[in-house]
Amino acid sequence: MLLLKDKSKEKGAVEGSATWSLTDRIGLAICWTLGLLFCAIAVAIVVYLMIQGVKFLRPEMLWTPAAAGFTETESGGFSDAFIGTMIVATLGIALALPTGVAIAIWLVEYGRPAALARITESTIEAIAGIPSIVLALFGTVIFSSTALGFLSRTSEGVVFGRSFFAAGAMLSLVALPLIVASVREGLNSIPRHVREASYAVGKTKAATTRRILLPTCRPQVATGAMLGLGRIIGDTAIIVVLLGATQNFAPVEGAPFPFNFLRGAGTTLTNFVYEASPTGNLNQPQKAYAAAFVLLLMVLALNAAVDVVHRRARKVGTWSH
Amino acid sequence: MEPLTAPPPIRRLKLEDPEPATEVLPPANGNGHGPQQSGFTTAKRSVGAPQFSIRRMEIDEVSVHYGAKEAVKRVSLPVRQGEVLALIGPSGCGKTTLLRSLNRLTELTTSARLSGRILLDDVDITEIEPTLLRRRVTMVFQQPNPFPMSVFDNIAYVLREQGSRRARKKTLEPAVHSALDRAGLFEEVKDNLDHPALKLSGGQQQRLCIARALAAEPEVLLLDEPCSALDPKSTQVIEDLIVKLRDDVAVVIVTHNLQQAYRIADHVAFMYLGDLVEYNSATALFGSPREQRTREYVSGAFG
Repeated sequence: MLLLKDKSKEKGAVEGSATWSLTDRIGLAICWTLGLLFCAIAVAIVVYLMIQGVKFLRPEMLWTPAAAGFTETESGGFSDAFIGTMIVATLGIALALPTGVAIAIWLVEYGRPAALARITESTIEAIAGIPSIVLALFGTVIFSSTALGFLSRTSEGVVFGRSFFAAGAMLSLVALPLIVASVREGLNSIPRHVREASYAVGKTKAATTRRILLPTCRPQVATGAMLGLGRIIGDTAIIVVLLGATQNFAPVEGAPFPFNFLRGAGTTLTNFVYEASPTGNLNQPQKAYAAAFVLLLMVLALNAAVDVVHRRARKVGTWSH
Repeated sequence: MEPLTAPPPIRRLKLEDPEPATEVLPPANGNGHGPQQSGFTTAKRSVGAPQFSIRRMEIDEVSVHYGAKEAVKRVSLPVRQGEVLALIGPSGCGKTTLLRSLNRLTELTTSARLSGRILLDDVDITEIEPTLLRRRVTMVFQQPNPFPMSVFDNIAYVLREQGSRRARKKTLEPAVHSALDRAGLFEEVKDNLDHPALKLSGGQQQRLCIARALAAEPEVLLLDEPCSALDPKSTQVIEDLIVKLRDDVAVVIVTHNLQQAYRIADHVAFMYLGDLVEYNSATALFGSPREQRTREYVSGAFG
């Protein structure tokens, strides 16, 4: 994001503003100031977290679970939260990515009946606008139902309704609109005659979508997945309400291996940061910084991965419009 | 139009053993062809008379409506193998619509309605499954549009079954090479078959698109202003290629460029506002147009 802003500035600065009217020059000055201000804010956040993170992060925190104790060392690290973040991210994106891509394909390539397409479109927009705490509350209603009891802990006929499954499912709704929007944009940017060129050698719509359109949209799929993942690992409301926000894993006894954890409650890095911050129950700001730094590194790694996909796509080239 | 003396017995026609010409063609070269009364600028015809000509497609009283708008009005035309048919006319005259209806691409536009009949080897094309029809009648578009994959994969995609990835590179190699060769591209790209197709030059991209269209082993090749986005040199190369192809496939080309139509076409159809105004051999249509509107158009009075 930072780099993009700088580049557009350079291009705009080719033409001198000396001949412009006063209002235009003031406008330009405001643009510059705001641009630089936001750069400064972003840089400040990253640099500050880097410094704090490097200062407080101990590698063993990543594999030591949180524990009760009176000293810094006794209270352990945040391995459960770290793994928890990975789990909700995996579950959320595993649900959201195929669904989102499928919805985008249907909207752009088929979109009939038109009324249904319009309804789908506004539904997705509505989901994008719903605060995640509302989704979380709605999730508790759904996942506490007896029919979905197999997705969380059940004791004496009462469904607990809080689990990695429940949180992952609701978090996928947070990521879904971003994926749909990004993939739709990618599909819409492919000229119509490219599709027709494929139909004109006897290919079906399905074959064209699989072999031409989707591979072409790879960068947009990656961008959508990245934005969605960013939202998923950054969400706290759903974690607190639907994951139980315990400090450690609370596996369900008697269930086979991955399901005992996935059906149980847990925590994530965002929740750990919240709890470890001065307002939280743990009040260990140093560990909050360390966990926040790990979160930041994860987001930066995602950004880098998307950049690689985009760069690869650029090597393949695109059509002249 | 005279009826066929004998219908073509096989789908693909061998060059070595051409069917007898079904029609007497006007002498192409020879005495002062070109612009006596029409005012059409003389350009050299790059082709001689066709060796043979066999009717493959028959456009019979075809009209195409987009909603209430009639884009093509009761047009009848033959499409023959051994010849290049050029559709000319000002923008919006329906020539591209007519071309797209030949392989049922118009059906992709929801508002389009076609009436009349189009026959391919005496079979109504609405009775042929669209994907099969479009392998027999392939199309090249105005903008070069190779798929965003390697040169090799662009052709291999056409050769493979629908979305399948099967048929290994090795087995497809001869067919890919021959398609590229027929489009006159093989020598230029043979060392770079793995390079992305979209990094080729515009002219090479368009020839790759022609190679792609030929890889399906079509009987009819449709070209929608294939040179309009290209420089004169690439245009020349593609024109030569089209002329070479006319014996293997029936070629229909839509063009805005009258010189081009004159250079490469054997028959020319002039369309105006959806009507077929005049259909004749290229020399006759440009040299001594029958219709007033044709005369005005080829002399550049409107366009």
